[in-house]
Amino acid sequence: MAEQHLNMDGAVRVEKTVTIDRPVQDLYRFWRKLDNLPGIMPHLKTVAVVDDKRSRWVTKGPMGTSFEWVAEIVYEKENERIDWKSVGGSEITAAGSVYFKKAPGDRGTEVKIVLSYLPPGGSLGAMAAKLTWEEPSRQIMEDLRKFKQLMETGEIATIEGQSAGA
Amino acid sequence: MRAVCWYGANDVRVESVPDPIILKPRDAILKVTLTAICGSDLHLYDGYVPTMEKGDILGHEFMGEVVEVGRDKALKVGDRVVVPFPISCGRCYFCKQEMWSLCDNSNPNAWIAEKMYGYSGAGIFGYSHMYGGYAGGQAEYVRVPFADTNSVKIPRDVPDEKVLFLSDILPTGYQGADQCGIKPGHVVAVWGCGPVGLFAIKSAYLLGAEHVLAIDRIPERLRRAEQFGGAEPLNYEETDDIIETLRQKTGGRGPDACIDAVGMEAHGTGVSYYYDKVKQTLRLETDRPYALREAIQACRKGGVISVPGVYAMFLDKFPFGSAFAKGLTFKMGQTHVHKYLRPLLSDILEERFDPSAIISHRLPLDDAAMAYRNFRDKAEEYIKVVMTP
Repeated sequence: MAEQHLNMDGAVRVEKTVTIDRPVQDLYRFWRKLDNLPGIMPHLKTVAVVDDKRSRWVTKGPMGTSFEWVAEIVYEKENERIDWKSVGGSEITAAGSVYFKKAPGDRGTEVKIVLSYLPPGGSLGAMAAKLTWEEPSRQIMEDLRKFKQLMETGEIATIEGQSAGA
Repeated sequence: MRAVCWYGANDVRVESVPDPIILKPRDAILKVTLTAICGSDLHLYDGYVPTMEKGDILGHEFMGEVVEVGRDKALKVGDRVVVPFPISCGRCYFCKQEMWSLCDNSNPNAWIAEKMYGYSGAGIFGYSHMYGGYAGGQAEYVRVPFADTNSVKIPRDVPDEKVLFLSDILPTGYQGADQCGIKPGHVVAVWGCGPVGLFAIKSAYLLGAEHVLAIDRIPERLRRAEQFGGAEPLNYEETDDIIETLRQKTGGRGPDACIDAVGMEAHGTGVSYYYDKVKQTLRLETDRPYALREAIQACRKGGVISVPGVYAMFLDKFPFGSAFAKGLTFKMGQTHVHKYLRPLLSDILEERFDPSAIISHRLPLDDAAMAYRNFRDKAEEYIKVVMTP
């Protein structure tokens, strides 16, 4: 099955991979429960599962605004991949796949995210590009990093709330 | 609480700041009973390490008593522990392979180190935001993440001074020597007779070196290299040609292994030093590898260059041709402290050596600004400063 992507002018493609030292089924099970994802993706406000294929995502936008969109799973193979795309009623046009593959040796699982999207246009476009979609590649990498930290150590490393001088 | 905070080059201040709090389940809060200034703190003090922010609390060599623990009760309140300077999760590939200072999961700012270096290693206490921005332990209290992994328990009757250096410089010197692959009969040369160099010298002998040559220019440091370390001291300011001297002292062969315990702010004499100093002042070259260049030139064919000395970014005029022609091996990096904690603690408890012998100054935490200045200027025989909060 081909990778989900948008056949549109101006679509941006992002691909990021991380290796996580946990069995593939543990990782797939966590990811497939979509309402787990705000825990590792700070740019998400909420994910609400609508039915076995659809979910409503609310993303933090600039200046306290938010984007809402609906994702539909178009294909899934347990412990291997999930393909999805945004559907009607979405403020974003996007599609992507998450892949799970055993890592070489005893190193656990390789998790890959491929995402393509049309940067949102209209009056919100420029601001959104700056504050939410700037460096989406980096955003996705940070999400994967948090996923790894959570799954390997049970914690997401932070210094927020620590002591410092003026 | 009182803490030593960074405010720019040559500007550290002891101020009142909020007490640390538990942020994560495996955290512990320590009441710090003893802490030290490290040679690599001087790179922060001199403004050579990027991503520092005003108000950052310094200090990565500390020990103390557990006063609070998180939900997972990683340690017991009342435990007395020394804490390694790299923060390690204990669960990732690197921690499990005993490459603790390369932990995958402890740097919340991994993306910064990735941009600079390709991949990020462990977070470090009090050592810039590229290494996680963690508040350090030159303070009355400190938060220790993953506390079960990042601590070693100390028996009640052992004085702080004898074990504090397990946090960094003792394992750093030891790893520096360990990396040399010392075999019986080997002669090792050590550049830099500060605390790391002194422990590297001691460790080299413990690991079976036949003879150690110690290179520095400060008479007090050379004296300690001889008396504490048992090395033969060489003052490079009193030698015409240190490379030639090393050749003659090793029967024309060159040292079998060379340890650079100096790092990026090397001092030297001659044209090469001034080239580096000018470029570094102009921030054209960021690191001054004077000692490293000499080590490469001096080393025996097929020998080992071991680099515990810290480097941050780029250096110029690196004699890679010499390294290639002689088939040298380079081993380097931040210390995998956790690997060496228990064996070195045993050595201390069995009195095989006394690390506290290198302490030259004992000061209250409130004197930190003066201590940093004097340590940087190598004033008054400043070798190692410990501070009591």
